[in-house]
Parts: sequence; structure tokens; C-alpha cells
Amino acid sequence: MNYHWNWGIFFEQIKGGDETYLDWLITGFGWTVSVSLSAWVIALLLGFLVGTIRTAPSPWLVRLGTAYVELFRNVPLLVQMFLWFFVVPELLPRDLALWVKQDMPAKEFITATVCLGLFTSARIAEQVRAGIGSLPRGQSMAGLAMGFTLAQTYRYVILPMAFRIVIPPLTSEFMNIFKNSSVAFAIGVLELTFQARQMQEDSEQGIETYLAVTVLYFACAFIANRVMAFIEKRTQVPGYITSAK
Amino acid sequence: MAMIEIKSISKWFGQFQALKECTTQVDKGEVVVVCGPSGSGKSTLIKCVNALEPIQQGEIIVDGIRVNDPKTDLPKLRSLVGMVFQHFELFPHMTVLDNVSLGQVKVLGRKPDEAAENSKKLLHRVGLSHHAHKHPGQLSGGQQQRVAIARALAMNPICMLFDEPTSALDPEMINEVLDVMVELAQEGMTMMVVTHEMGFAKKVAHRVIFMDAGAIVEDDKKEEFFGSPRSERAQQFLSKILHH
Repeated sequence: MNYHWNWGIFFEQIKGGDETYLDWLITGFGWTVSVSLSAWVIALLLGFLVGTIRTAPSPWLVRLGTAYVELFRNVPLLVQMFLWFFVVPELLPRDLALWVKQDMPAKEFITATVCLGLFTSARIAEQVRAGIGSLPRGQSMAGLAMGFTLAQTYRYVILPMAFRIVIPPLTSEFMNIFKNSSVAFAIGVLELTFQARQMQEDSEQGIETYLAVTVLYFACAFIANRVMAFIEKRTQVPGYITSAK
Repeated sequence: MAMIEIKSISKWFGQFQALKECTTQVDKGEVVVVCGPSGSGKSTLIKCVNALEPIQQGEIIVDGIRVNDPKTDLPKLRSLVGMVFQHFELFPHMTVLDNVSLGQVKVLGRKPDEAAENSKKLLHRVGLSHHAHKHPGQLSGGQQQRVAIARALAMNPICMLFDEPTSALDPEMINEVLDVMVELAQEGMTMMVVTHEMGFAKKVAHRVIFMDAGAIVEDDKKEEFFGSPRSERAQQFLSKILHH
């Protein structure tokens, strides 16, 4: 292989600027983490909300929840990114559309976060629904029989156990959200993948660049996994779900 | 005075009629045992009393409150009626003490300290003081069911419903649960008990209801039911469960 290795490239200055390539990657990493964590908050909140209403006694709520899940699950993430970025603003009222296109601060970041959050929320909703469904029907009956309203029954009886049950699939989703955030480069978020492409083109040291990026994504997913394992352990119910850890 | 009045109720699951014009009542302080073969509708009947199962025809009145009136505050009504389930249905993520206290705090609005004190007394009463800090999964079935009874009693119910409370238990644990129930009955609690434990029925029941295929076939004083059940179906049932 006729490749000129240069691991010192990260500390070299970019062409025609005073930043180093490492600065680019660090900025990119920062945006990756910001997009992922913000999207994760949206995904958890909406995922639990939609997953819960899909188990509600009202058939209309259930249909609404199902429609939501199908909408976000059946379209590729990359296409959804473009839809939110190019199509959704056109559907807004004229003044609002103008503002979004011209003046909205951090437009790319907000669009990517909302898109990734909603995409992931549909997946979480499906897991939450399955988690709730796996609880014995007697549990909600016991809550209601005690005099709880339906909302209280969910709050104190159903959701705490459903949460514990869905921790393993949630772990995958939390890891996925970091990896999926790379799609945000397509609409111009200056996240890790974007910066990597830029660095590769600028420095012509593609292998070093992508190996570094690989390590950074790996680290994110790995930490996400450990965080969830910690939560799983902390919320473990004595004598109930016996985890192997 | 009638505590629970069941007036000609019918219930369908789709095409299947689970209850057929059932009529009976449970007076204040009375213990009524409901028995019958599996699938006869006894569990469904008892779940209709606190509207865990809706009915399509007829009327149920508990302590003067019309259960099936859309205007009835169901959570309030249910908080007055204690219920014990076949599979205990304790909340697995909470300690035993919290299981007994939760409803007192969230439904009755008691202060947490006060609720915990009361829970401890009730746990003592069912013989489980030493297990208050444990989680349900760490207890035996019999112990879990006794916690479930304490949890129901913690709401100061005006009557208690038991839905096959010993059916999911290993044989050696049945008596510890029945003992608690006998004690409750002797204290004058109004009880409606779905069970096959005829020993319990003989000991404390005032009346026995026998159901078959969704209908109440017999509704007799205990002595009459065990002495000479009128229907052939009840005679067969009794001969089967008493001789094994």
C-alpha cells in the first residue's frame, strides 16, 4: 500500500486557518453529542407518551398512536432529514416559513434534533407498548381496584414496571441515536461525520481521519451502553427480573 | 341492610354470554361464598361489583351507590371496596410497606408517616411485620397474598371482594391465607368470596352461591347448601370437590 501515514495530522493547522484538524473533530464531536442527547430527551418523552396511549382503552387514541409509529418507522431516516429540512418549511404559513428559512437560529441543529428525536420516539413507543403489554392484566386491575384513576394506575403501577422491562431495547436505542446522528451531516450540521469529510478532503489523510471518527463513535455508543447498564442495575427489582449482571 | 345488591345483570364478551340475569345480594356483615365450575362466571361476577368489568344489562348497587351509573365516581367507589386477586397483583417494584401505603397516600390523602404507621399495624396483623422492607418477589405466595389482604384493608373498605384468593397457592400456604380471612369474617367484615375452599365456606359463610354457565343456580343459606342442594348440578359439583 502506497499510503503516506501521518498521525501528526490532527495537530496540524488547517489550510488557510488557525484551527487544527483536532479542533474540527472536537467541534464535530460536540455537535454529535448535543444532537444525540437533545434528540434522546425528545425520543424518551414522546416514545413513552405514544407507547402509553397505544395501550389506552380508547380505540381512537390507539389508532392515533399507531399512525404516528407507522409514519416515522416506515420512512428512511435520511429521507426524513431532507423532508424536515426542505419540505416541512414549505408547508408552514408564509411568514413562519420565511422566518424558518432565513432567521431561525441553529436551523440545522434544531431540524436534525427534532427529526432524529421523532424517528427514535416511534421505535421507543413500539417497545414501550410491548413492555406494557407484557405486564399481567391484573396489575392495572389491582391499581384501579385500589381507587386509582387510570392516569394514577399508569403512573404508579404500569409505567414503573414497563420502564424496567424496556431497558434492554432502550439501551440499543440510546446507542443507535449516537450512530444515527451521523445522518445530520446531510443537512449541514457540523457534527462529527461532517467534520470528518471536511478533514479528509482538506488534509488528504482519510484513513487517520476515519479511524479517529470510528473510535469516537465507538466510545459514545459504549458509554451509552454502560450508562444504561448502570440504570438497569439501580432499578432492578429484588426477586423479580433476575438479570445476569 | 344490603351492602351489595346485584339486580338481574347480564354480561357478554362479544357473542359469548358470560353472565345471565344474575340476581343476589350481600348484606352488611354477611359472608357470601361464590362457587361453581371453572368458566361458570364467578370471577366475572365479582369483578362487576367494583366495575372492573362492565355489564350490559341490569344494575349493581354498592352501599347505595349505583355502580353502572355513568355519573358514578368509580375511583371513589372502588376505594371503598377492597379486592384481593387470585395472583396477588402486588406492585413488584415497591417494598411490601410501600405496597400497603401507596393507596392510603395517593387515594385517601393520608400523610406518608401516618400511612406507614397504619401499614405496619396491618402487616403485624397478617403476621408479616418482619417482611415490610422486602419486595413482593422475595416472598412466598402465601405471604404475598397476606400482604394483598393488608393492602386492601389499609383503605378501610366497607366490604371486601376475594377472587379465588387461594387458587394460585401451594397447598401448604392455603391455610395461612384462609386464617386471615376467617379472622376478618369473624370481625364482621362484609365479604364476597369466590373460592373452592368448602372448609372456609362451612366455617364462616352465611350463604353460598353456586353458579353454572353464567347463571346463579343456587343461592342458599350455608346449612341448606351443604345439607341438600336443590339442583343436580350443584350436587354433582359438591360430590366432586368434597370427595377429593
